[in-house]
Amino acid sequence: MKEAVLYLEDGTCFRGRSLNTHGDTAGEVVFNTALTGYQEVLTDPSYAGQIVVMTYPLIGNYGVNDDDVESDRIHVKGFVVKEFCRTHSNYRATKSLIQYLDEGKIIGIEGVDTRALTRHLRISGAMKAIISTEDFDLKSLKAKLDKVPSMEGADWVKEVAPKKPYVWKASGEKKYKVVVVDCGIKRNILREMAVLGIECHVVPPSMSAEDILAMKADGLFLSSGPGDPAAVTYVIETVRKLIGKLPIFGICLGNQMIGLALGGKTYKLKFGHHGGNHPVKDLENDRISITSQNHGFCVDVNSLDKNDVEAIHINLNDKSVEGLRHRKHPLFSIQYHPEACPGPNDAKYLFGEFIKMIDKNKK
Amino acid sequence: MPKRTDIKKILLIGSGPIVIGQACEFDYSGTQACKALREEGYEIVLVNSNPATIMTDPETADHTYVEPLSVEFLELIIQKERPDAILPTLGGQTGLNLAVELWEKGILEKYKVEMLGANYEVIKKAEDRKQFKQACIRCGLDLPRSSFAYTLEEAQVAVQEIGFPCIIRSSYTLGGTGGSIVYSREEFDVKAQRGIDSSRIQEILIEESIEGWKEYELEVMRDKKDNVVIVCSIENLDPMGVHTGDSITVAPAQTLTDREYQIMRDASLKLIREIGVETGGSNIQFAVHPRTGRQVVIEMNPRVSRSSALASKATGFPIAKFAAKLAVGYSLDEIRNDITRETPASFEPTIDYCVVKIPRFTFEKFPEAKDILGVQMKSVGETMAIGRTFKEALQKGLRGLEIHHIGFDNKNDYRLIDDDKIKHRLREPNASRIFYIKYALQKGWSVEDIVETSRIDIWFIAQLKQILDFENELLAEIEQTKILSTVSLRKAKEYGFSDAQIGEFLKVNESAVRQMRKQQGIVATFKLVDTCAAEFEAYTPYYYSTYETEDEAVILNEAAAKRDGGKRRKIMILGGGPNRIGQGIEFDYCCCHAAFSLREQGFETIMVNSNPETVSTDYDTSDRLYFEPLTFEDVMNIMDVEKPDGVIVQFGGQTPLNLARRLQQAGVPIIGTSVDSIDIAENRERFAELMDKLGIAQPSNATASSVDETIAAASRVGYPVLVRPSYVLGGRAMRIVYDEETLLSFIDEITDVSRGHPILIDKFIEDAMEVDVDAVCDGENVFVAGIMEHIENAGIHSGDSACVLPPHTLSEEILATIKTHTMNIALSLKVVGLMNIQFAIKGRQVFILEVNPRASRTVPFVSKAIGVPLAKMAARIMAGEKLSDFKLPDVDHLGQVAVKESVLPFSRFSGVDIILGPEMKSTGEVMGLASTFGMAFAKSQVAANQALPRSGSVFISVNESDKRNIAFMAKRLHDLGFKIYATKGTAKVLRSSGVLVSAIDKTGESSRNILTSIDKGEINLIINTPSGKKSQTDMRAIRGAAIMRNIPCITTLQGAWAAVQGIEASLKEGFTVESLQSYYKRSL
Repeated sequence: MKEAVLYLEDGTCFRGRSLNTHGDTAGEVVFNTALTGYQEVLTDPSYAGQIVVMTYPLIGNYGVNDDDVESDRIHVKGFVVKEFCRTHSNYRATKSLIQYLDEGKIIGIEGVDTRALTRHLRISGAMKAIISTEDFDLKSLKAKLDKVPSMEGADWVKEVAPKKPYVWKASGEKKYKVVVVDCGIKRNILREMAVLGIECHVVPPSMSAEDILAMKADGLFLSSGPGDPAAVTYVIETVRKLIGKLPIFGICLGNQMIGLALGGKTYKLKFGHHGGNHPVKDLENDRISITSQNHGFCVDVNSLDKNDVEAIHINLNDKSVEGLRHRKHPLFSIQYHPEACPGPNDAKYLFGEFIKMIDKNKK
Repeated sequence: MPKRTDIKKILLIGSGPIVIGQACEFDYSGTQACKALREEGYEIVLVNSNPATIMTDPETADHTYVEPLSVEFLELIIQKERPDAILPTLGGQTGLNLAVELWEKGILEKYKVEMLGANYEVIKKAEDRKQFKQACIRCGLDLPRSSFAYTLEEAQVAVQEIGFPCIIRSSYTLGGTGGSIVYSREEFDVKAQRGIDSSRIQEILIEESIEGWKEYELEVMRDKKDNVVIVCSIENLDPMGVHTGDSITVAPAQTLTDREYQIMRDASLKLIREIGVETGGSNIQFAVHPRTGRQVVIEMNPRVSRSSALASKATGFPIAKFAAKLAVGYSLDEIRNDITRETPASFEPTIDYCVVKIPRFTFEKFPEAKDILGVQMKSVGETMAIGRTFKEALQKGLRGLEIHHIGFDNKNDYRLIDDDKIKHRLREPNASRIFYIKYALQKGWSVEDIVETSRIDIWFIAQLKQILDFENELLAEIEQTKILSTVSLRKAKEYGFSDAQIGEFLKVNESAVRQMRKQQGIVATFKLVDTCAAEFEAYTPYYYSTYETEDEAVILNEAAAKRDGGKRRKIMILGGGPNRIGQGIEFDYCCCHAAFSLREQGFETIMVNSNPETVSTDYDTSDRLYFEPLTFEDVMNIMDVEKPDGVIVQFGGQTPLNLARRLQQAGVPIIGTSVDSIDIAENRERFAELMDKLGIAQPSNATASSVDETIAAASRVGYPVLVRPSYVLGGRAMRIVYDEETLLSFIDEITDVSRGHPILIDKFIEDAMEVDVDAVCDGENVFVAGIMEHIENAGIHSGDSACVLPPHTLSEEILATIKTHTMNIALSLKVVGLMNIQFAIKGRQVFILEVNPRASRTVPFVSKAIGVPLAKMAARIMAGEKLSDFKLPDVDHLGQVAVKESVLPFSRFSGVDIILGPEMKSTGEVMGLASTFGMAFAKSQVAANQALPRSGSVFISVNESDKRNIAFMAKRLHDLGFKIYATKGTAKVLRSSGVLVSAIDKTGESSRNILTSIDKGEINLIINTPSGKKSQTDMRAIRGAAIMRNIPCITTLQGAWAAVQGIEASLKEGFTVESLQSYYKRSL
């Protein structure tokens, strides 16, 4: 157990203690308010480049297991909690969270007043931060942090996206073929689509529109992923060419890239939405879902042509737009995470909406 | 959807007297509902027989009926008020059952009253175990194997498939009455029959035992648009097999992965939709197999509950308030979250702390009952603690429980406890199991062994071990260096160790530790409970303490002071902590009133309490709420931050009063009656001196500080004597003793309870009548608000005895003496605020028994009886106003008579005799209000669920001295149409007085004896005054049988006389109902 420091871009400092991985790590620091699901959070590629603070103070209670992973590795840059659990309890657990972080060489720190840190981020906004277990010289930390690029304008997709295509088979009978552009997809999106009979042909984000069309799929899915959507110009270009040619569904980064492809703008939220308790109203059926959220950027709905695009989902907390539908073409997208993992399953019906859109297009 | 405009008047049913399983959480929910609905412009009719509630304050509803909660009375009220709708889901099981009965009897249909929130079918589906099981199966949810039975024979067949151990649950009961775990065929029949008998519909469910599985609970809310949210998840430390009310519970759930939690969440959503709870809150319980993860549904309550009160306090999400709004048509997204203001109620709270709830037991009151826990609830209260870690919250909770533990500590030397005993105490759930876990750890048991034996999840045991390991580290450090480093001291505070605990390690006192850590900059910081883990700004100052870097109370107070110029004077009110027998809702009522009235007067009010069931811990009640244990340390930490202008200690019962002296010494500005005056009242010598000076007679008495002194004092004073410890509430360990032999038999208990305070010995005045007086004094003038005449003789604790206001047999002369004494005492003690005095009247002599210069248990009763909110008045007087500033009614000429009756928990503790004595045993009270004594008494009996019969048979057996006086009453009963049975001796006396009577044998004398008659339901009323040791044993069986069958059993002559008058009134006049507002208007 060693001293550790979390130094923020604005000069604020929080003290804590490190686990067994030492050194420095830097990134954008964001807080997540989910009570459960730390293993899913750690392995969600959308967190690439970020240091995650869990607002719930007791983390690691149920250990980790082999199933609850959203990708093949931990993606967070650093993990900040109040207290790591030493003796976990769960019938599925295969190891402790501490061991898991150690194996992933992830710097995790505890003993931090995470509520004070969260309040600070809420008031001042998400910002860059550096964790160090060795360097306690603030000047030196500042110098290191200055070299870390800002989240705005950063293309993190290329860090996490696959280099080669792969196929995720339908569980049971294959009814549909969908091209999935993987910008850092969460596995549960693939699992949910597989359950509905979709065979996912997962492709790297660099795949061209022509190549995608040549795959003769029933639909196109644009995945979630990390970083600033505006920086992923190559996918936005591809999407622009495919609108109207294929039924398109996008989640999170997918939604943002669609917004940009439609000629709109995205902006950075002050501290983003990261958690599992956000109420979102589906304006098409007047239903409220409690949703899993993880985004730092948002589509500016006013930048879109209202004759082409309508907002179909609204976050009831801050009234931000959480879903878009094209009025003429088969296309809709969702800012939050209907695939849950972690978080509530209330919005799973949206995968069914994608199927309906595909079916309608087939006729 | 906007609110409904087709309904105007709504009937709300409260939950009646406080009983085990149904406490002040329903006052909290009902009060919230009333406020929420009146805010929307609805006219509210409220019915509750419990006067010690905020909901029965005349300001809470438009028409307040303090009337019995029975179908008969509710029909009268419905007939009179003609409400458009009834909201049955906020008054606990009592409210729900009554609504069901009103529907079944066609009363709701007859008067066109609509059921809001949950209709009859919904309630049936959720409460009827068979329908519930089918609903779960339709949802595809797993359940324990089970079967229903209505007769013993059916039960015997069913259990063959289910196997042992199995659980018997009785349908439609409170807090698990009639439920039990059965381990073998031998004990099955008795337990099955008992379950069938306690059910309103003679139905039991026999279930596969899931004892030892992990237990969870989810609080769910649904609106008319079918939006559903989960407010809170709760995990029990005590696994399945212990009633949730008796379990230590933790929020949120700790050991579920997200995947498992979401399965549980989805199941809850499906179930609330399938059951069809239209609007409002429900809780759903689950069990999870620790090794396979198999998840089964246990039960669902389609109403707000104890857990929803806990969930509301644990998250800041006011379930009852929102349930009421949803019931009248709003949807969740149309309701604003008060705490964040910007966000809607259609979200799921997330928390950034750990909440631990610990039940409070009072087995010490019932020495014959074992402290074993099972599926039937036995705790009488609870405390909740909030910390940043489980370790911190648990230790705060344990010290907040007020059972003389100052954390996760030791009362005994672990080396003296053998392994067998530890094994036994770990295996069989009991009230002190948590401390036996510590003994086991200290004796070197492995975490795994403890898990194996107790079946408590390893997560909890490992957390407890961390506390102990750190304690050992501290002790080692002290051993080596004689001091504690700043690092260690800080970590100890983060782990929740109290200053007192650390003081024990360092062998210094608590204050020294406090000083030491403050010097080192280790101070408590306060964090907000805000529903959202700081994601949004919060506007309601609801705090808990922890040891972190940032203090939000300081930040918010500075901002608030800047806003309003910091001009408002601050008054802090110390609450009463967990409910227990002797200190319950009455004191919370007083604390709330202090907050309400001082707020109205422009003060900034600060509430400190740790009881999640109460109205005082609603963030709406005061300007700022500190959810903290009521200990010196925790109160002083708040003092440091708030620096109030005044602190009120006299409203929260004995808990804050016990802190008064130390707080004053630490410079806390205590307002109202001085700490010195409190001491005069408690200190025997100083009190006697004062009484002598005032010329007030006292029973001869003495004080002792040791066993020998006690014995000597008793013989000096002369038997019979009343023996008790000082500085306790509710007559704890108080006894009337007739000889030295008896005194010796329980002297140890008394010395244990008195904990260094002196033991008091009084001459017991036999056959005296007891009188309670409540008064308010401003130091110059006295308002004698209520004189209550007890219905039973002196010697029964005032909290257990029925009483009537105004007194109905005392002479003008005696009343005048009582008033003069009261005024003289109040003025010489310089009382500022409330005062309660107990007198004993024997013939024309008035003796003083005790003076309590503080709020008493009877304050709410007197306030409601006379229509003056005494606690509000007293709080304002304490803050500087005078009696002359208030308009006072003529309490000598009231138009109404009020009878208070107490409600006892005997049916919960098998093997305990129901004879009352000077140690208080009741959990709650009801009030009967009418224009005559007889009628008021009759109503009070109906309300206490011991309605006097209006026809049938009466069994009479009285002691020698009562025989002469009983004849007259027996004759009256006979004239009213009752058949009279009596034991041989009594029958002889009655016959000679010309009463027609049938003699019947006592127990055991023949096969046709009183017990068999009771069993056959041939007896409707029992009058039995105790005499001699031999007949005691017989009578114990009779009284026991009476309780099982709910037959009123009267044990004093005065009680019998009251009963006769009550029966007469109900037969001749018939019951009528009237609202408080209407009574008060008449008496103006």
